[in-house]
Amino acid sequence: MTLFRNVVFIAAIAGLVAGVALACMQAYATVPLILKAEVYEQAGGGHDHAAAPATPAENAAGMTAMSSAAPAPAEAMAPAEDEGWAPADGFERFGFSVVANIVTGIGFALVLVAVSEFAGGIGNWRQGLFWGLAGFAAFTLAPGLGLPPELPAMPAADLVQRQLWWWATVVATAAGLGLIVFRRSLPLVALAVALIVAPHIVGAPQPDSFETAIPEGLHHQFVVAVTLTNLVFWLVLGAVVGVVRGRFTGTATSLRDSFA
Amino acid sequence: MNTASVSLGASASSQSRLMQLALAAFLGIFVMGFVGFSHIDAVHNAAHDYRHSMGFPCH
Repeated sequence: MTLFRNVVFIAAIAGLVAGVALACMQAYATVPLILKAEVYEQAGGGHDHAAAPATPAENAAGMTAMSSAAPAPAEAMAPAEDEGWAPADGFERFGFSVVANIVTGIGFALVLVAVSEFAGGIGNWRQGLFWGLAGFAAFTLAPGLGLPPELPAMPAADLVQRQLWWWATVVATAAGLGLIVFRRSLPLVALAVALIVAPHIVGAPQPDSFETAIPEGLHHQFVVAVTLTNLVFWLVLGAVVGVVRGRFTGTATSLRDSFA
Repeated sequence: MNTASVSLGASASSQSRLMQLALAAFLGIFVMGFVGFSHIDAVHNAAHDYRHSMGFPCH
């Protein structure tokens, strides 16, 4: 299991660095927009949660304020106290965001390192940048085309269906990019293009109504902020993997022999 | 794209290599799935801003 341990080690360092960087960028770029959107959300009668069952009595309280925002069908309105524990606003909430960033940063890094090892590994920071671009395309760009980053209180289709589409798009896009880069045959490239395009022909699950209290300008700003912060995250992740991996392989014939 | 001249754990057999890399990838997917896609309310609330900021499907 030495290889596994080395992959985890590299992923942990890269995920930590990129996760901290992403958390810092989010604190300035995306979180303020989320907080702004929550003002509209609260004006609209509380936290929307499609998975929560609607309780008519409690809905009534939010209805007067909701009249300005068209209610999206299938979206049940649930009062905040029904949603279980939540971190307190301010430092605690930010702290949990940082932890989530680091933990999933390591998760993304594990996938990136494992997949890149099949293709020979990320040898240096420049190769890492290209792997990072591929990760950005697969995990942010492609799913973001069909399901643009949403702000709280925005109408959306069923959560499970969106999550399924999200994962299917990530897998298809990653497979397509892999075929384009690593296979030198025209039919396979055609298959790759088909794989990348297919999820968007099938189409992402969309809400019945797009009406929302969130101003379009705010949402547009948010989409740009999410896309750019994720681009930097992936570039940092790929580059750090390249640097760390390069440092430990050094001139040894294999990483396993050099530091395991 | 050039591939690295050195590979991680080259002395491992190819089958063991495949297993270990697959295990690492699945661990990564599990971690992302738990933090970013779990339907448990407490997990959702803790990582709420993160999920929105990543463009993960939320709510």
